[in-house]
Parts: sequence; C-alpha cells; structure tokens
Amino acid sequence: MLIRKPNHEPLSSEITPEAVWRSRREWMARAAMVAAAAGLPSWASRRAFAQDGTPLPGKPNPAYSVMDKPTEWKDITSYNNYYEFGVNKDEPAEYAGKLQTRPWTVSVEGEVRRPQTFDIDALLKLAPLEDRIYRLRCVEGWSMVIPWVGYSLSNLLKQVEPTGNAKYVEFTTVEQRDNMPGLRYPVLDWPYVEALRLDEAMHPLAMLVFGLYGKVLPNQNGAPLRLAVPWKYGFKSAKSIVRIRLLERQPTSSWMQAASNEYGFYANVNPDVPHPRWSQATERRIGEGGFFTPKRKTLIFNGYADQVAALYQGMDLTANY
Amino acid sequence: MRDTARPQWSAAMVGRIKPLLFVAGLLPFARWFWLGFNDALTANPIEFLTRSSGTWTLVCLLVTLSITPLRRLLGQPALVRLRRPCGLFAFFYGSLHFIAWVWWDRGLNVGAMLQDVWERPFITAGFAAFVCMTALALTSTQWAMRKMGRRWQALHRLVYLIGILAVVHLWWHKAGKNDFEQPVIYGAILVLLLGWRLAARLK
Repeated sequence: MLIRKPNHEPLSSEITPEAVWRSRREWMARAAMVAAAAGLPSWASRRAFAQDGTPLPGKPNPAYSVMDKPTEWKDITSYNNYYEFGVNKDEPAEYAGKLQTRPWTVSVEGEVRRPQTFDIDALLKLAPLEDRIYRLRCVEGWSMVIPWVGYSLSNLLKQVEPTGNAKYVEFTTVEQRDNMPGLRYPVLDWPYVEALRLDEAMHPLAMLVFGLYGKVLPNQNGAPLRLAVPWKYGFKSAKSIVRIRLLERQPTSSWMQAASNEYGFYANVNPDVPHPRWSQATERRIGEGGFFTPKRKTLIFNGYADQVAALYQGMDLTANY
Repeated sequence: MRDTARPQWSAAMVGRIKPLLFVAGLLPFARWFWLGFNDALTANPIEFLTRSSGTWTLVCLLVTLSITPLRRLLGQPALVRLRRPCGLFAFFYGSLHFIAWVWWDRGLNVGAMLQDVWERPFITAGFAAFVCMTALALTSTQWAMRKMGRRWQALHRLVYLIGILAVVHLWWHKAGKNDFEQPVIYGAILVLLLGWRLAARLK
C-alpha cells in the first residue's frame, strides 16, 4: 500500500492554537460530566468538593473525633436553624451573607476575677486550633457529623478566672437588626441566649468553634465563633457569640422562655425522654443512604455517655430535660 | 340570582377540560422528579417530600372546595364535573403524604404509628383527615352515589371537616416555631370558602 506524504506542511493559520484545543477538550469533559450527572439521582452521588472560603487549618484531635462519615459541606452549610435569618432551613444560607463578622469582640464578664473583652483575632490565637469531628443531633430529629475547627471552651474560661460563686455560663448571640431579617419576627425573645452549667462548660468536649472543614466558619453556621456541645441538642450550641457571662444563678435560655414545658435547661440528647410533641428515639442522619434507609436509633448523650455521663450522676434526667 | 341569558357550558364542554386538569394535577408530582434529578431536594429530601406532599394535598383540597362557589358565581353548574377529579387529586397527594409519614418517619411500624397518633395532636388531626378522605375517595364512584342516595351527600359533607382538620394539622405543626404565615394564608382561604357556603345557606 502506498502511503502518500503530504506535499506541503499545514499552514500556520490552519493549526488550532493550543489554548483553543485545550479549552475544547475541557468543554467536552465538562459536557460529559453534566450528562453523567443528569442520569443519576445526584443526591446520592454528591460530594463535598464544592467548598469555598478562607482556610483555617487545625491540628487533628482524634481523641475528640468520632469515626462516623462526616456530612457533606454542602448539606452542613445549606440546612441550618438560625432563626435570626428566618425560620426556614434554607434562609440562613440565603441571608447570612450580610452578617458583619469583623470587627468582632466577645466580652466575658460576671462572676470572674478578670473580666475582659477579647478581639476575635486574639481568640483565634488563644489556644491551638484543633480539627474535631463531632456528632450534632437536632431536637427536631435529624443529625449530622461535623468537622469543626476550634478548641475547648475551658481555654477561654480559664483566662478570666471564674470566682467561687460562678455556677453557670450564659452565651448571648449577636443582634444585628439591619443584617438579620428574622429579628423582625417575635419568634423568640431576642437576642438569643443559651447557657451551660460551669462544669459542663469546662468539660473538654465543650468546644469554641471558629471553622468548618478546615475553613473559616460560614456565616449561616454561626460565624465568627460559636459553641459545639455535642452531647446536647443543637440549639444549646449558641452561634455568633458576643457576650459570655458567668453567673451564680441558673439563667433562663431563650427556648426555656418560649416554651419551658418543651425545652429544659439541660437538653441532653436522650432517646428515652420524648419531646412533648414528638419522640426522640430515632433520628434521620442527613445525607446518609437513600429513600430506603431507616432512621438511626438515637444514643443517650448522643453517644458521648462515656465522657459526660458522670456530670449528671444521681440526677433525674426526665425531670431535668 | 343567576343570569339566565348567559350561555350554559354543557357537561361535554366541561369534560373537555378534564385532560388539562389531569396534567395540571400531576405537575407537582413531576416537579419532585425534576428536582430529584437536579439535586434540588435540599439536604433533607425526605423532609422536603413529606412537607411538599402535604402542601399539595391542602392546595387540591381548597381547589375542590372552590368548585361549588365557582359554579354559582359563574352560573355554570356543569363545572361540577371537575369536582371529583380535584378531590381525587387531593386524595392522591394525601396518600403520598400519609405513606411518607408511615414509611419514612415511622419506619412501617404500626405500634410507632399509633403512638404518634395518640401523643402528637397535629398527627391526630392529620390522621383523622386522612381517614375521612379515604372514606370519601372510596365512595366517589357513580355506583356508590346511586347506591347511597341521600346518605352520599351527608357523608361527603365531611369534606368541610377535612378542610378544617388539614389547616389545624398545618397550624399545630408550624406552632413549634411560632411560624404562622402559611397556616394563616391557607386558613383564610378556607374560612372564605366555608363562609361563602354559610352565607349562601343563611340567605
């Protein structure tokens, strides 16, 4: 067989420039991806790569991390209860962009020897940041597994030296009228207030959180700093904290004020103590499985009984819900 | 008073709308699939579908309840032919809503279902509404109408109770968050539709 050689080289104008053919290839790859994605119930194939935000790395702390598969970034940041931005779960992600997180200070006051106002940048350097993977169980009956970045709250409380009278720690959430549309509705008595007993707050698992998935905490998750108290229902973990008060008497939290028969001071995760309007025996793990996956059984103290049950020795957990 | 000069739509004419009504009634159902394939069922698809099916049950119920006032106001009695398909669509979405609760929330456990009906007033209201709706759906055939005679209409007046129970169900569900925007809107429409009947009867 005769192979004829072309009798001339192609004109330079006929050669596709590299940038063009590369972009064509990219387009084809993208089109193929879109086609593949359209054919799948992509809810099941979603991945956590769509993260954005400023890096905020921490050192992994396996001692305080669970082995459960972490919930995807997209779900953690799009399905939120943060009533200051609206009562629907998609509203925080939609409206929290306006929240001003700089400048930001947290005043720590009350029954302390050294009351102080901390700048957020000072708080970020107060103790080494750690990556901890915690379970989060919402009182509504769903749960997530969240890789937080932060450190034990006790690091901050030690700085102010609580007096012998200090028995409780109260946390107040920011109230930015112009930036938080939910504040227009009297759903709760604003600002949002939550509290812990001092020994609970000093427990190493009680965490002051600044980041998520190694990034700066998104606003809808409680930027620039929030609590994570993994053995209690999620509402105990106050978001966007501006004030911490140490108190002798037990304060009234926002939810106790709104419905004291439904929400108690302790709010420890407990499958055996139903909410007055629904059972707490099971939970739906967000992002887990598909439509045929049954709910999970909820664990006492959200699975942290070994670490925290001693805090409540001799206490009637049904009466102290 | 009806304007007798107005041309009357024949039953056959109204019947021609039925295929359109059927397509419109299936749009919410089709939307769920479209959202599913576009990864838009939120982080909690089970909760989304449960709530969405409840919303569409209520919408279909209110549409059903608006047929009679519409017949009178337009002076077109033949519109009654649309009432049964609307009611059956309400039952269709109501059944999906019920199945969502039984299957996803209660894990097909009869004991857990009964406990829920007993302990949670908003479930009690929703469950009662569904039981009544089932009775109406089962007796919605021509055969049942003929067989039951006058008792048919008496039974089907239950639709007023179903409407009230459905709004109460939504109201109590939203009460947990002091979020009454939706129950107030649906409740106002229901009050309007039932109020119109009451006023017509008193006249």
